[in-house]
Amino acid sequence: MVWLLVAFPALGAALLLTWGKESDRFGHLIATAASAASFVWGVVLFVRLLGRDHDDRTVTDTLFTWISTGDFHVEMSFVYDPLAALFVLLITGVGTLIHVYSIGYMEHDERRRRFFAFLNLFVAAMLVLVLAGDYLVLFLGWEGVGLASYLLIGFWQHKPTAAAAAKKAFVVNRVGDIGMALAIMLMFKEFGTTEIAAVGDSVAGTAASTITALGLLLLLGACGKSAQVPLQSWLLDAMEGPTPVSALIHAATMVTAGVYLVVRSNAIFDASETARTAVVVVGLVTLIAGAIIGCAKDDIKKALAGSTMSQIGYMMLAAGLGPAGYAFAIFHLVTHGFFKANMFLGAGSVMHAMDDDVNMRHYGALRTALPVTFATFGLGYLAIIGFPGFSGFFSKDKIIEAALAHNVWIGLATVLGAGITAFYMTRLMAMTFAGQKRWKDEVHPHESPRVMTVPLMVLAAASVLGGILLLGDWITDWLEPVVGHTEHEHVVILGAEWPPIAVSALVTVVVAVGVALAWFTYGRREVAGETPEKVSFLTRFARNDLYGDTVNEWVAVRPTMTLARGIARFDQHGFHRAITGAVGLIGEGASSMRAWQNGFVRSYALGVFVGALALTLALLVVIWR
Amino acid sequence: MSDLLSLSMILFTIGAVGVLVRRNALIVFMCVELMLNATNLAFVAFAREHGNLDGQLAAFFVMVVAAAEVVVGLAIIIAIHRSRGSISVDEVRQVRG
Amino acid sequence: MTAFGVVAPIIVIAALGLLFARKAVHAALALAVVMIGLAVLYAANGAPFLFAVQIIVYTGAIMMLFLFVVMLVGVESGPEAVSDPIPGQRVAASFVGLAFGVMLVIGVGQVLANGFSAPVAAVEDENVEGLAALMFGPYVLAFQFTAALLVTAVLGAMVLAHQDRLTPKASQAELAAQRVRDFGADGKHPGNAPTPGVYARHNAVDVPALLPDGTPLESSVPGSLVKRGQVIRPPVTGPGLGEGNGEAGGGSGPRADGEAGGGSGPRADGEAGGGSGPRAEGEQSE
Repeated sequence: MVWLLVAFPALGAALLLTWGKESDRFGHLIATAASAASFVWGVVLFVRLLGRDHDDRTVTDTLFTWISTGDFHVEMSFVYDPLAALFVLLITGVGTLIHVYSIGYMEHDERRRRFFAFLNLFVAAMLVLVLAGDYLVLFLGWEGVGLASYLLIGFWQHKPTAAAAAKKAFVVNRVGDIGMALAIMLMFKEFGTTEIAAVGDSVAGTAASTITALGLLLLLGACGKSAQVPLQSWLLDAMEGPTPVSALIHAATMVTAGVYLVVRSNAIFDASETARTAVVVVGLVTLIAGAIIGCAKDDIKKALAGSTMSQIGYMMLAAGLGPAGYAFAIFHLVTHGFFKANMFLGAGSVMHAMDDDVNMRHYGALRTALPVTFATFGLGYLAIIGFPGFSGFFSKDKIIEAALAHNVWIGLATVLGAGITAFYMTRLMAMTFAGQKRWKDEVHPHESPRVMTVPLMVLAAASVLGGILLLGDWITDWLEPVVGHTEHEHVVILGAEWPPIAVSALVTVVVAVGVALAWFTYGRREVAGETPEKVSFLTRFARNDLYGDTVNEWVAVRPTMTLARGIARFDQHGFHRAITGAVGLIGEGASSMRAWQNGFVRSYALGVFVGALALTLALLVVIWR
Repeated sequence: MSDLLSLSMILFTIGAVGVLVRRNALIVFMCVELMLNATNLAFVAFAREHGNLDGQLAAFFVMVVAAAEVVVGLAIIIAIHRSRGSISVDEVRQVRG
Repeated sequence: MTAFGVVAPIIVIAALGLLFARKAVHAALALAVVMIGLAVLYAANGAPFLFAVQIIVYTGAIMMLFLFVVMLVGVESGPEAVSDPIPGQRVAASFVGLAFGVMLVIGVGQVLANGFSAPVAAVEDENVEGLAALMFGPYVLAFQFTAALLVTAVLGAMVLAHQDRLTPKASQAELAAQRVRDFGADGKHPGNAPTPGVYARHNAVDVPALLPDGTPLESSVPGSLVKRGQVIRPPVTGPGLGEGNGEAGGGSGPRADGEAGGGSGPRADGEAGGGSGPRAEGEQSE
């Protein structure tokens, strides 16, 4: 009965999209109930799975045969295993909280029912993605997620920026999808099957180059969905969507899909060193790039988006470390899902209070005006910077530890990333909640209603307590049947072996430095009410998203436009003229032949008769020869 | 044999030319009947030549079909006459280009 | 093949009559001759059953049907205009037809000369039984289908020839009222039209009645006769009309004469121009 998980939100979406206006009053309740039902069912299934034997925790639910041609079969099957179970709980749990939050957030939007339908669609597609037992089914969910994100990012379609952002997200995702589609085609060609388990079994006897190609193609797909460099540019623009959508995209769905894909395809990545290295490089670059972007943004949502990029970079990097890192990637993904959803919804709450102003320079001293938001946001903040004891501390430390063990320089880069994370998050906190009030007098900040703050509290609690999952290495044991697990080697720096506690101490020190730097820069000093124009090159660099859009513009957009213009010119002058010439010729010929159609039946009969004559003559000629 | 066939051909040709030159739909129709009769004659001639009856049977079927065709065709002519007041085939030329 | 020698020329001449007959009824009669001739040929070539069927179905049923339709519609469809409205159609048709006939005859002759199996034993014996064995044996399905075809044809003819009454039938009282209204509106006589035929010699429907002043009354003869130009013009004895012994004129019948004869009064003149105008012209030019 795994399919019920998908069925609830899918049904909710279908119901809300087809039902008329009369469902405006209760549509959001239906959607929330659908998501909650899915979550409850997920919990039930999870408990059942817990009751099973350690090595027997895979439930396959085959609905029907989707495609059957020759030797190629695609079953519409859902595989519920420990990895999928975690994802289902994250998606439906956080998703449901976001649904509840949206009830308050979208209260005054006249298209709220449609918004909830899309939310449900998003959840359903993401569930299909994580439950798929076949890459083709996974692709179905993959594209469904892409569609839902397009619809939600561009939900306020009356804003040209929102429409453009939705289009950008869609197009950039298509680039990643090319990789995904090619990977699936390659699987079909090489293995004759696209079933995930069967592909994993077939890897052993296949040429290394093929596996590497597969890995790189999958990585391209993952980059598109998870907003990794070089396909990161859509994520920051995606902030045009309503804030709950950002929370959903960044915490529970969408961007986690890439990490999921890499972890789910562990058989392929285990077999290819090159592909793993590529994943690590991509993760590392994104980690640093996202962190730098996060430092310079004055838009609270964009700062958080940069943070997401960076954190997903951590996860990708961990996934690229192989069996030593898969479990930690998922662990960080889950904890990140909690605290990032918490902070995005908190940011939404702040915007709600500030009349949808997103510029942090207009905030300041909101801790008294928004006590609940401040408290929950603060807990999320402590979690993300890795304050000892909070969930982020455990999950990020494990990744840094594994990275240090893998390669000292990569590890140090991740430590640096942790420091930058501490810096920009502290900056965000300081600019928003601390200091003097910088908002104008006509703005009256007020705490959000209960329907919005309760989800915040739940998520804050989860952000604090997420580290429990690591107790007794539970999460690695839990995921071991799916992704395998090997303890990473000992961390050796400067010839000396570092115990884990020392690594944690190092990270904590670096984080403390970052916090202190930010505090002295933004907390103690007065923050300018407007964005300063005279800034260093690095700040400008970061403000412009590391010129990612400029690169895209020059590498992809301009050449394409030039080519398109050339083709258009050729089309207009060469092709068009040829076609119209031919058309004119035919037209003139037709009108001259029109006279033959004089309407006299007898004239046509004469034609038939002449034809018969010619035919008989031809026959006679054939006979006589 | 060959003379019977030749007669058949001549009748067929006369019928065909009649279809082409006559304008009274009734006479055109009669010419069509003449062509059918000509083929019937050819059938009978071949049946005799081959020494079996299949050709005659074919001729019989042609007659049956011709009977059905005449019924419908004449009904059409009457309908046209009723709606247009004329049975000249040249009157009906909506398919003019 | 004496039968062939006698019948074939008759058939061909009758068939050519189909090409040149001016009136549909003449063409129908020519076609009947062709069909009877073909029936004779069937009988002479070992097909007695077809002989019977040809007579009964074609000559008996189909030709009668044609004649019925000629009776229904042919009255008003007189001979065709001399010139064909399609330029070159006649010449082209004649040429193509000639080429076709010649080619067919030559082709058949060639094929036959190049070895056609010698005539087998004639099958006159048990012709009907043999045909029946074929018809209800291997061809029984086709036979059944012809039944379906005939039923369909009957239904089709019914549908095509059927006409729904759009307005209720007028009652006697309404007709009478209409007549009086017409009289009031444009002076149309409400009573019966005068009956035709006044003279002992021509006391028939094609002779118009005479008015008291001796002029013939055109409306007393049936309209279709007027249209066909088959109205006999009686010698007028009224005052001021000396000549015009129309019916005595020979040539192509009395009717044409009556119209062509000029001095039969203003009325007759007008009628010659209007009533059967183009047709009369066509006749005269031939």
